[in-house]
Amino acid sequence: MTDLFLESEVERLLLEATTSRSRRVKNRLASLWMVGSLLVALVPLTLVIGYVLFKGAGEISLAWFTEDLPAITRKPGGGMGPAIVGTLLITAGAAILAVPLGILGAVYLHEYGGKTYTARLVRFMADVMTGVPSIVMGLFIYTVWTLQFGLEGIGGSLALACLMLPIIIRSTEEMLRLVPDELRQASYALGNRKWRTIITVVLPASFGGITSGVMIAIARAAGETAPLVFTIGAARNLNLDLFNGPMTALSVQIFGNAQTPFDAAQARAWGAALTLVGIVFIFTVLARVISARVARRHNA
Amino acid sequence: MSPLSTDELVVSRELPGDDGSVLLGSASRRRGDTLFRGVALGAGLVVLFVLALIAASTTKEAWPAFQQEGLSFVTSSTWIPSEGKYGALAFIYGTILSSLIAVVLAVPVSLGIALYANEAAPRRLRRPVVYVMDLLAAIPSVVYGLWGIIVLAPAIKPVYEAINGAVGGVPVLGWFFNGTSGRSFMTAGIILAIMITPIITSLSREVIATVPSAQREAAYGMGATRWEMIRAAVLPWSRGGITGAVMLGLGRAMGETIAVALVIGSQAQITTHLFEAGDSMAAVIVNQFGESSGNHRSALIGLGVVLFIVTILVNVSARSIVARFDRRSRGM
Repeated sequence: MTDLFLESEVERLLLEATTSRSRRVKNRLASLWMVGSLLVALVPLTLVIGYVLFKGAGEISLAWFTEDLPAITRKPGGGMGPAIVGTLLITAGAAILAVPLGILGAVYLHEYGGKTYTARLVRFMADVMTGVPSIVMGLFIYTVWTLQFGLEGIGGSLALACLMLPIIIRSTEEMLRLVPDELRQASYALGNRKWRTIITVVLPASFGGITSGVMIAIARAAGETAPLVFTIGAARNLNLDLFNGPMTALSVQIFGNAQTPFDAAQARAWGAALTLVGIVFIFTVLARVISARVARRHNA
Repeated sequence: MSPLSTDELVVSRELPGDDGSVLLGSASRRRGDTLFRGVALGAGLVVLFVLALIAASTTKEAWPAFQQEGLSFVTSSTWIPSEGKYGALAFIYGTILSSLIAVVLAVPVSLGIALYANEAAPRRLRRPVVYVMDLLAAIPSVVYGLWGIIVLAPAIKPVYEAINGAVGGVPVLGWFFNGTSGRSFMTAGIILAIMITPIITSLSREVIATVPSAQREAAYGMGATRWEMIRAAVLPWSRGGITGAVMLGLGRAMGETIAVALVIGSQAQITTHLFEAGDSMAAVIVNQFGESSGNHRSALIGLGVVLFIVTILVNVSARSIVARFDRRSRGM
C-alpha cells in the first residue's frame, strides 16, 4: 500500500532514516485513516449504484417509456412514461425560470454591485438561500401558488426554480470573476458601452463555466422530491401541459412505490430510480465535459 | 449639443475603478446601460424578495396553528391531529438527533477524504477521488431513501439486535445503543451521513487548499512527518473553515426530507435509544400533508416555518464563520 501514500521510494527511505519509530507509526496510522475514509465512502456508493443498476435494469423496456402508470400499483404492468415526461418538463420549466434570472443576478453581483452593501447582502442571502431545505420551498410554493391555482406542473417548476436560483447565481459569479479585466477594458476602448461589453464579451468568455454550473443545478433539481409532492399532485396519465392539471415525476413515483410492501411496486421504484439516476448523470457528465473542454482551451 | 456639456459627461462609477473611464455617449445609449443595470439589479433582488416571501407566506398559513398552540407548539410533544393537539417537540428532537448522528459519522470520514485528496494522495489519484465524491453527491436523495428502506433497514436490524443484546443492559452504553428497529434514528443518521459526506468533503477541500504552501514547507523543513505537518500547518489554519463546512453539512442534514421520511420509522417519541423508531420535522410534513386539512395542515406548515428558521440560523452562523476565515486567509 506504500505507493498510495508516498510519491517515491526516496521519500520512504528519507522518512525511515530521519524519524523515530513512534512518529512513523503515527504517520502511518494517519495515512490509513485517510485511505480508510475513502474506502468507507466507496461502500455505500458502490452498493447504491449496484442495487439501482441490478434491480432497475429488469424494468426498463420500450413500454416503460411509453405506457401510462398502471391503475393498480401492486400488480406488474404499465410503464413510467408520464413520470419521465413530467420530470423532464417540470425541470425544463424550472430551468427556463431560473437560468436567466440567475445569470443576470450574477452579472449584477460581479459587474455592477462588487463590494457595495446591496451586493454583499444579496451575495450573503444567496448563500443562505442555498441552505433553505427543499421541503420549505415546496411549502412556500404551495402557499403562494397551489392554494390559488391548484395542483399543476408549473408549481413544481417554480419550487425547483427557487432551489436552482441561488446555485446558479453563485456559480456564475465565480465564473465571471475568472474573466480577465483586460477583456473588459479592450471592449471599452473600442467604444462599447458597459451593457454591450457584458453581453458580447464577458458572458461569451465565461460561457463554458456558466453552462457547467447550470447543468449541475439542473441535475440537482431533477432529482428533488419534496418540492414536488405538495405542488404537482398525482397523475396516472400523460399530461404535457405544465399549466393545467396534475402531473407526476420520477422522484415522486420512487417515493410512493418505495413505501409499499408489494414486489411489483418496489420493482417499479427501482426502475424509476435507474431512470432518474440516468437523467441526473447525463447532466452531471455534460457539466464535466463542458468544463473540461473549457479548461483545455484556457490552458492551450 | 456640445459633446462636453455637463449633462453629456457620464462619469460611470460602476466601471472598474482603476481604469477611471469617462465615457461619452448619447442619452439613448446611456439609457441602455441604465436599463441593463436595472434589470440585473432586479434579478439580484429576487433573492431577497423570495426569502422574505417564504417567511411571510408560510408564517401566514401556519398562523392558525401557532395561535392555537402558542409556545406549546415547540415545547409540547403531544401531536394528536384527531384531537387538535399539535406539539412538535418530538419532531424537533428527531430532526436534531438524526442530524447529529449524521455529523458524528460523516465528519471523520469527510475530513479523512479531504486530507487524503489534498495532502496525501499521489497526484494521479487526486482527480478520481474528487470524481467519486461528485458521484456520491449526484445521486438523488430519494434514491438513497429507496435503498435505505428496502436494503439497509432490513440488513442492519440484526446488527442492532446484536449490539442491543451485548450492551443494552450496561449503564451509559445501554442508554444509547438500545432498541431493535430497522427503521430508526440510527438508520436515518447513517443515510444522512452518506448524503452530507460529499458536501463536507468538498467544502473542507476548498479550505485546505488555501493553506499557504510556505507553511507546509516550513513544517517539512523542520523534519515533520506528513501527519505532523498536517497537525501543525494544515489543521490550525483551516479550523474555522472546516467548522463552517461541518455546520453547512448539519444544516443540509436537518432539512433533508425524503430519505429520512422513508427510513426513520415515523413514530413520534423522545428517547435516547438510537435504534428505536422516531420522526423528524421534514419527514412528518411530507408523510402527513396529503391527508391533512384545516389546523392540521396549518400545523404542518408551521413545522416548515420552524425548520426554515432553524436552518437559516445554522446557515447564517456557518457562513459568518467561513467569511471571517476567508478574510483572515486573504490577510485582510
